[in-house]
Amino acid sequence: MQTNCLPLPEMFLQKLSLVNFKNFEEAELAFSDKVNCFAGPNGSGKTNLLDALHYLGLCKSYFNPLDSQNIRHDEGFFVIQGTFIADDGAEEQVYCGMKRNQKKVFKRNQKEYERLADHIGLFPLVMVSPADGVLISGGSEERRRFMDSVIAQYDKNYLDSLIAYNRVLSQRNALLKQFGENRNFDAAVLEVFDAQLAGKGKPVYEARKAFIAAFTPIFADYYRHLSGAAEEVAITYQSKLHETSFEDLLIRSLPKDRIMQHCTAGVHKDDLEFGIGGYAMKKAGSQGQQKTFLIALRLAQFCFIRDTGKRMPVLLLDDIYDKLDENRVKKLMDAVCGKGFGQIFITDTGVGRIQELFENRGIPFRLFEIRSGKVNNQLKELPSE
Amino acid sequence: MNFPSRLVEDAVNEFAKLPGVGRKTALRFVLHLLRKDPAEVEKFGSTFIRLRQELKHCHTCHNISESEICDICSNPRRDPATVCIVEDVRDVMAIENTNQYTGVYHVLGGIISPMDGIGPGDLSIDHLVQRASSGTIREMIMALSTTMEGDTTNFYIYKRLKEFNISVSTIARGIAIGDELEYADEVTLGRSIVNRVPYEKTIAAK
Ligand SMILES: [Zn+2]
Repeated sequence: MQTNCLPLPEMFLQKLSLVNFKNFEEAELAFSDKVNCFAGPNGSGKTNLLDALHYLGLCKSYFNPLDSQNIRHDEGFFVIQGTFIADDGAEEQVYCGMKRNQKKVFKRNQKEYERLADHIGLFPLVMVSPADGVLISGGSEERRRFMDSVIAQYDKNYLDSLIAYNRVLSQRNALLKQFGENRNFDAAVLEVFDAQLAGKGKPVYEARKAFIAAFTPIFADYYRHLSGAAEEVAITYQSKLHETSFEDLLIRSLPKDRIMQHCTAGVHKDDLEFGIGGYAMKKAGSQGQQKTFLIALRLAQFCFIRDTGKRMPVLLLDDIYDKLDENRVKKLMDAVCGKGFGQIFITDTGVGRIQELFENRGIPFRLFEIRSGKVNNQLKELPSE
Repeated sequence: MNFPSRLVEDAVNEFAKLPGVGRKTALRFVLHLLRKDPAEVEKFGSTFIRLRQELKHCHTCHNISESEICDICSNPRRDPATVCIVEDVRDVMAIENTNQYTGVYHVLGGIISPMDGIGPGDLSIDHLVQRASSGTIREMIMALSTTMEGDTTNFYIYKRLKEFNISVSTIARGIAIGDELEYADEVTLGRSIVNRVPYEKTIAAK
């Protein structure tokens, strides 16, 4: 398994406090720098705690893009505050406040951010969630978004190319629509858009190709480790640009583009094919295999963000026993408790089995019992020795 | 809004057609005019009627003008062999303010943006090509906005001008992307026109 050669500056979340966030009226939690577990029945709010951490790292909810809907019922605001501790003992305060009908306020060490984008990457995190299933079952845009979000974290020009590409694409689509409606055609204007589309699209294609080539072996290693099985899994980057140049692709698809009145070929149609034993994962993979596949995908993403970023990311594992047997959960814990990982947050429904899972590992571990928006602080702590 | 008079309502509706003017502001304008001397209001109205009726577009460059040919095009001290291509009249005003440019202009009247329903046919590009074909022009300088649509228009014009023996350049802009000519300070803009670069070099760099 790939691990970072240089030890990354570790940064762990020491304290979290919530006011009126989702189903928590008030909560204060103090964490271990290694493993933290939230145990409680469904609907108790354990996943909401992970979502609060997601806010601290990425300025938004993992689940609900509407900030105001994350305010507790009948309340006027929410506050999420976190205290991070660096290797050298330095403290970092992160504050996220949201009042109804107002702009979200985000502060680091009491200083408000002008642009939320400046915060992203400072406290990186990766979430593994039952909602990841959409990567397999959903449309190609889900898989493109996955690629784009990982690449954008380490390649600063990537997002610019992608935004510019989408802008040209909208213009070209509008042009094709006009041609169709007015029953005319102007090759000279179209040529200009084709050249621009190719110019912006090529770097996107090259970046995706390089990413998948580097990503797949890391991913396959994790899959092998978690499943212990012989079946071969594969991620294949599907793009028509494998066979032809962008310019040729646009010329070849023009007759179809004119009929459809929009651009039918380009990097906006790329996809990732997930395979198992030579078949499509979506059809041939069992629930357990699909879940293992998704976890391996997220762990490989974790490695990428870790190895291309400045800080060790935090790993959030929501509902670890979801579609996984005892054996695979153990293997998952072997992986994430080992070298190359930092602070971890886990949720599960059973207090007993999660305690058992960590009892003999000899790593710092804290267990919190969650019951309908209340935290029974630090149910159990195991020493680091 | 209920109005005491049809005349007031009509006047409010007309003001509310102006960009950035809502119906409340429009009503304030109307009530203000009602408090004024009739002669003063007459002058106010006729100013706009004359503006629209008497102002023309220059036959050569499409700049606004009181005669067939604008003051810039008819000025013997301006170099008619150098043409600066701009989006609209505001850009002409901005470049004139720098006092650095001695050539003439060509006002396109917008930039290519199919999403806004603007194609090359809606702009004065054919006329630009016609000017280029006359054989009297040595250089054309493209000074369009640094947006994606500006790039599109530059590229399109470049392709149309390629067949003529004219050097096509673009202004070297030390201005952050998104800043339009109008807002650039005079010194920077003046310098960027003096230090213009051949367009071909800029596409190679992309
Ligand atoms: Zn003129």
